[in-house]
Parts: sequence; structure tokens; C-alpha cells
Amino acid sequence: MASVISTGQGENPHEHLRRPRRALNWWTGGAILLAALAVMPVAAVLVFAFGDSGDIWTHLVKTSLFGYVKTTLWLMLGVGVSVLVTGVSTAWVVTMCRFPGRKVFEWLLLLPLAMPAYVIAYAYTDLLEFAGPVQGLLRTIFGWQTARDYFFPEIRSLGGAIMMMGLVLYPYVYLLARSAFLEQSVNVLEASRTLGRGPWRTFSSVSLPAARPAIAIGASLALMETLNDYGTVDFFAVYTMTAGLVDVWLGMGSLAGGAQIATTMLVFVVLLIMLERMSRRHQKLYQQAGSRYKPLPAYRLRGAKALAAVTACALPVLAGFVIPVAVLGRLTLIYFDRAWTPEFQVYVFNSVALSAAAAAIALTIALFVAYSRRLHGGKLLAFGTRVATLGYAVPGAVLAVGILVPFAAFDNAVDALLRQTLGISSGLLLSGTVGAVLFAYVVRFLAIAMGQVESSLEKVSPSMDMAARTLGYRAGQTLVRYHLPLIRGGMLTAAMIVFVDCMKELPATLLLRPFNFDTLATHVYEFASDEMLGEASLGSLTIVGVGLIPVVLLSRMVSRTRQTLGESAGQTQ
Amino acid sequence: MKLSFFRSLATTLVVLATSFSPVMMQASEASEVNVYSYRKPQLIDPMFEVFTEQTSIKVNSVFAKKGMLERLKSEGRNSPADLVFTVDIGRLSDIKDAGLTQPVDRVQVDGNIPAHYRDPEGHWFGLTTRARVIVASKDRVGPGEIGSYEDLADPKWQGRVCTRSGKHPYMVALTASMIAHHGEAEARKWLAGLKSNLARKPQGNDRAQVKAIKEGECDLAVINHYYMVKMLKDPEQVAWANAVNMVFPNQDGQGTHMNVSGMALTRHAPNKANAIKLMEFLASAQGQEMYVQKNGEYPVKAGVPLSALQNSWGSFKADSLSLAVVADHRAAAIRLADEVGYNN
Repeated sequence: MASVISTGQGENPHEHLRRPRRALNWWTGGAILLAALAVMPVAAVLVFAFGDSGDIWTHLVKTSLFGYVKTTLWLMLGVGVSVLVTGVSTAWVVTMCRFPGRKVFEWLLLLPLAMPAYVIAYAYTDLLEFAGPVQGLLRTIFGWQTARDYFFPEIRSLGGAIMMMGLVLYPYVYLLARSAFLEQSVNVLEASRTLGRGPWRTFSSVSLPAARPAIAIGASLALMETLNDYGTVDFFAVYTMTAGLVDVWLGMGSLAGGAQIATTMLVFVVLLIMLERMSRRHQKLYQQAGSRYKPLPAYRLRGAKALAAVTACALPVLAGFVIPVAVLGRLTLIYFDRAWTPEFQVYVFNSVALSAAAAAIALTIALFVAYSRRLHGGKLLAFGTRVATLGYAVPGAVLAVGILVPFAAFDNAVDALLRQTLGISSGLLLSGTVGAVLFAYVVRFLAIAMGQVESSLEKVSPSMDMAARTLGYRAGQTLVRYHLPLIRGGMLTAAMIVFVDCMKELPATLLLRPFNFDTLATHVYEFASDEMLGEASLGSLTIVGVGLIPVVLLSRMVSRTRQTLGESAGQTQ
Repeated sequence: MKLSFFRSLATTLVVLATSFSPVMMQASEASEVNVYSYRKPQLIDPMFEVFTEQTSIKVNSVFAKKGMLERLKSEGRNSPADLVFTVDIGRLSDIKDAGLTQPVDRVQVDGNIPAHYRDPEGHWFGLTTRARVIVASKDRVGPGEIGSYEDLADPKWQGRVCTRSGKHPYMVALTASMIAHHGEAEARKWLAGLKSNLARKPQGNDRAQVKAIKEGECDLAVINHYYMVKMLKDPEQVAWANAVNMVFPNQDGQGTHMNVSGMALTRHAPNKANAIKLMEFLASAQGQEMYVQKNGEYPVKAGVPLSALQNSWGSFKADSLSLAVVADHRAAAIRLADEVGYNN
């Protein structure tokens, strides 16, 4: 989710203006330390992977590993295709065409972003299972009695999982494709039209290739989310590598075996990241200067075409948001008394407080590291940043292990030291506290904050920095007094996205939380996996509701993108 | 000027980190017990509440479906956990094997729990037993048609059986008991036969299997007996329970496979005395009766009155195989499930 509305250039265009400074100072040292902390869980996982795992590895390879990999690949393929088709088509239609309801659809199409994949899975299971209203209606109409009398596709399957994830992940592609289409050069489009290409050919030969890097970034982000998901695949009994990892780790008690699967997953992740980074570099090439002030050509749609456009936009919104919310709403009304307990209100508070804290911390760290890069650059820092953002792609359960063990080792070491020297026990300082969960959130979602802060900072010309320095302000003061107000919008965006993602996070929270501490996500999971979907509905709806607030604000920001770009271009010139 | 910013930042971070620490919240020995539980809170909290009423000792419990063992291992001697509650024999033996338990030798505990339901060395204790029963559709399966686990692999049941994941601890324990009774080769044949009789890919929990029978997807399922109790109490699920007959398998042979939910005292329990008091309470007649009444499970202590529903099922022959032996075969059972591709 690195750079949502900006062009997201991969390298700083002002690289040549930086002068080498003293290698180690507060900024560089601090940034490297923070990056190292963020990398620690991933490194811990790798260390375990090469530990002693007995003959689990051979057993795995002989039996289930290829199954896990195959299932994961199919899932990723299916999700990739569906998000690409949905995201690109809706982004194009909404950007380039005029039809009734276009302005509304612009932000409506973002709504599924608020819905975690496992929640939508629960909603559709309730809707489409044998005992649900859809099949019930079919049986009433056609007079069938049992499941063997007719064929109805099974929702709890690989196909179902693909559908669920496709419905909630397409907004990633939609957002990025949309901003790419918005930023495309009007001159080139007009040239294409004067050369006799109709709208469709212009789309396929001019706009689409230019937007390809942004679309690739969106798709890789969606695929990372797919790799990470646990709630949906667990519920649907689809055995992906994440499920296999948890299985080997907990079912067979082999942490090292689980970590080995995790390392295999990291290979996928690295490939996805490479895809994303390469695309960012291409983006820089394809972006055209100027002509941002000209309005894009608008194709006016009428009649059947307008209807088609409306349908194409309405379907993802209906399927990805309206229908699940309706299903959950109905269940909430029925089960409200059983779900609305004082404990529930505590869960809400926990979720919100934790997510807000994580967003604040992640943003602070991202700001510090990005600013350090801006000040001093250098290969070490660049490498450190890149590696630190790997946390986003690491599945929550693996991250939990990678955090739990070092934290506990630290606690035990400190405790042993204190026992020896002072004769007192410090107990557990980090593990089993809310801090551990916070750390997991920050590591996982640092990439979002980093990407957004980086791209926002890049828009600020270094002449601003230099002017401030000649006025006598130090680096830190410049950051606070000048940069922060300028990048405020981008930071707010990043904070909100991190907040939403933290609210939805499940596996790491399940494993790392302290005594008697539940978030909305863990509460919903507990009931749903016990087939008590009714009791889980209020919590699910709350997650979606809270997640909506930042999504709506994000959408408003997105709709102002074109004007904002014009403004900031004027500022930085 | 530069340094002061970092000083204040560092202070804030340290304060933030330690403010969440349970060091602040450690109370004295006299007032609490910390429980790590695989059992869901609503199943064991009622017992804890009564215990707290009687002894003024507060019980803090954390429930986790996964990762408990790893957490205990890494917390080491600073782990706040006093007792671990599990839902089956597997986790109990895993915790003992990882060296995370200590033996308890109290007459009030040992005397109440029969030998084959506890660890010979006193590291873990079963608190309740659950029979793994076969449920059969009332409409489509005649009485007496199915009588044993081994029958489930009979080709005549092709496409008519539903079970949960073959790697779930309840199924693993059943497979392990088959290995213990028949040897690994026979057990693999049985498991492969059962797999080929499945009506659908293993999914959902035990209750979902009964639901599938009601909906006509299959005719037989394997569940833990107390789910029948729970379903009969739930307004939506009572229809599922009423669609099936419950059969205690292997009455002519080795008896029905039993699993236990159990407890173990952790090696570094900070509130050891309180924990042992809780153990004694749960093994006592009062604690055992609560398990029967609240959850419909079978008590381990002899002489505890059963519920009306349980009495209506009548008495049955339970497998007297020591659960420690079952635990020993679990690793092989999981491997078999992988080898026959049970979950595919």
C-alpha cells in the first residue's frame, strides 16, 4: 500500500544535489537502528529456519508442501486476475467516462477496503450455505429436499476464497490505476485521437501501458495480502502455505519446520516486492510533465453503454460491500442482545486504542527514517529501508513467532542479569504485553507509512531544505517547522490506512496478546470458527464501520487528486 | 537543543514500554491464579467463578487456539502461567514433553482421577472425558447398521461420511488409538478407507458435520458426545441434533475411544499453592459436577451423578487404553493423515 495517490517514484530525483556527510550521526544511526528493529522478526524467522527441524522437512516435501504451494499459486492467480479485471475496468470507467452516478461511484468503489476478507467470508457463508436464505429460496421454488437433489457451488472452497479476496482487494488496484489514469498526459491522449484511434484503442495502446506500473504495484499489494490471509483460508479449509505453516508449527510442534515454510513464502514475497519496485521505476519514465491543468477528455456515455458502465461499477460495490453488510446487519439485529455485552465494548476500545497507537508509532518511525534518507542518503540506509519494509509481506502468524521468541529471550536475559546483579526479578517486560502486539503491527504496516511519507517528502523540493538551513534552522527543526505542514495530507492518509489495517489484523493479535485482552478481530474469529456466525456479526459490522471512516476520508482526498497535484506542482516549482 | 529532543523521545519510549509491563500489576501470592487455556472461556469460566467465590482467589485466564506451547517455551521461567488447560490429550503430552510442567502429587487430585486418565508421573491430569461417538442419520441409516470405527472404512459407506479435518487433535487422537490397537499398517488402511468414504473435503468443526447430515450431504459423522448436549440446547441447532442417532462404537470390542480435557501445572508457576487449590477444586465432586451440568462432559471422578440426558443414553463401554499410550502415537497419526492425503 506504499504510495496510494502519488506517482511513487522509486528514487529521489534530487540525488545529485546531496553532498556526502559524516557517515554516522543521530539521524543515520537512529534510522538504521529502527530499520534493524523492524527487520528483527524476519531475521529471527530465517534463523529458525536453519535450525534443527528433525526430518519434518523431508516429510513435508514428500507429502504436503507441494499441495500447499500449488493451492497458494492457484489462489494468487485467481485473485490476481479478478482484482486486475475489476480494478482496472472500474478505474477507467470512472475516470474517463461520464455517466449517471459517476461521482458517487468514484468513492463507493473504495468501500470494500474497509472489509477484512474473513468477515466477507463469514457473511457469504451465512448467505450461500445450505441453510442460508439463497438455497432455502431455491429449494422452496423447485421443491428440492436435500443437498444431493441439486447442485449448488460450494462457497467454502478455493473458488470461494478467490471470490472473497478478489472482492475486498480490488480497491488496491482501483486506487492506483485511477490515479495513474488521472495523471496521464492529455497531450498524448489527444495525439492518439487525432491519429484516428477511437476510445477503446486509445485505452489499450496508450493509457493502459502508461498505467501498467501503477497497476502492477496495486496487483502485487493485493497478492501480498492474499499470501498473508489466514482467517478466510482457515474457515474455508483451503490449505495454502499460511495454513500449512500454522499446521506444521502447531500441529506437529515444529517451529523450525514452520519457519522453513515461511522462508519459502518469503521467496514469493521477494518476487512480489521486486515486481513492485521495478514497476515504480518504470512509472517514473512514463510520467509526463505538464498538461496537468488540462481536464481529461470525457467520453459521454448514453443508453446501453451508460447502463453497462453503471452495472460494471455497481457490481463490485454491491457484492463487496452492500450485500455482506446487509447479511451482517440482519444477523446483528437478530443476535444483538447476545452480542452487545460490556466485554464487547472493551473489545472495541482495545481495537481502536491499539490501532491508533500503532499508526502513530509507525508514522513517527517512517518520518524519521525517510527524513534521514533525505538528509544523508547512502546505500546502507537505502538498503535498510528496503529490508525494513519486508514486514508487510510476512504473514501475521510467522511475524508473531519472530517477535515472541526474541522478546522473551530479551526479557529472560534482562531478568537473569538483574537476578545476578541486584537479586530482584524484573519479570516479563515485553512479551505477553500490549507492547508485543503493537510491535507486530508497526513492523507489519511500516511499509505503508514509509511509502507514503517517502513519496510525500519527494514532492518537497530540496531548495526548501536549503533555504531553511541558511536561515539557521537545524535538520530536526526544519522537519518540524517546514516539512510536516507540507506533507500533512500524505501523513494523514498513511495514518488512516495503517489504522484500518490494524483493526483488521488477526493472526499476530491472536498469538501475541496479553491476558484477558481481546480485540474485535479475535472476538469475531473465535465465534465464527465455532460456527456461531450470528454472535460474530456485531463485531464484524463494527470492524467494517470503524474501517469505513478512514476509507471515506481517503476517498475524498482521492477525488481531489487532480487539483492537488496542480497545487503542489505550483508550490514546488 | 538537538540532544534534548532525543532524550525526551527516549524517555517517552521507555515509559511507554514499561507502562504496559505486568511488573506493575503483579499482585501478591495470596490473590490469584493465571491460567493459559485451550478451552474456550465460556466453558470453564463458570467453574472459576465458583472457585473465586469460595476461596477469594481470582482466576485470570487467557484463551488461545494456537501458539500456546511456543509462548510458554519462550516465556521460560518468567511465564506468568500457573495452569494450562487443554481440550485433548495431545497438548497435555506436548507440554510435558517440552519440559514445561511439574509433577503434582496430591491425594485430593490423584484419588479422584483414575490412573488411565492421568500421567503416570503426575505431570498432567484429565478433568473430563469425552467420548468420540458416531452419529447416524435417522432417516437414512437403520439401527445397528454401524457399530464400530473400523466399519467407517467399509466401502458400503462410500460418499456418505463427513468428518472434520484429519489433523485436528480429536481426529488425531482417534487415529492414534487405532494405531495403538491395530498397528500402524492396519491403521493406515483404515484411514485411507475412511478418506475414500468422505462425502466432501473435511471442513468445519464437529457440529458442522451434524449439520451436513441434517442437510443430506452425508449419513454418518464422528463427533465428540458433548456437542449433542450443546446442540440440543441451541434453538437453531436442535434440529441438527434431532436428525441423528448417537452410537457408542466398539461396544463389542475395545470400547469407545475417550479423550480428556485436562490440566497441568507449569514448571515455573508463580502462584503454585493457589494453582494446586484450583486443581483440587476441579477434581473434587463439586467441580466435576459442574463440568457435567454445564458442559455435558463425562466426569473422571467416579460416583459423580450424570445429567438426565447422559443417563438416557445409558452406560457404555469406554476404551480403557491409557491416554499416555495414545499420546505416544500422535506423531505417527499426524504423519498418516498427511500420507493418505486426508484433508485434500
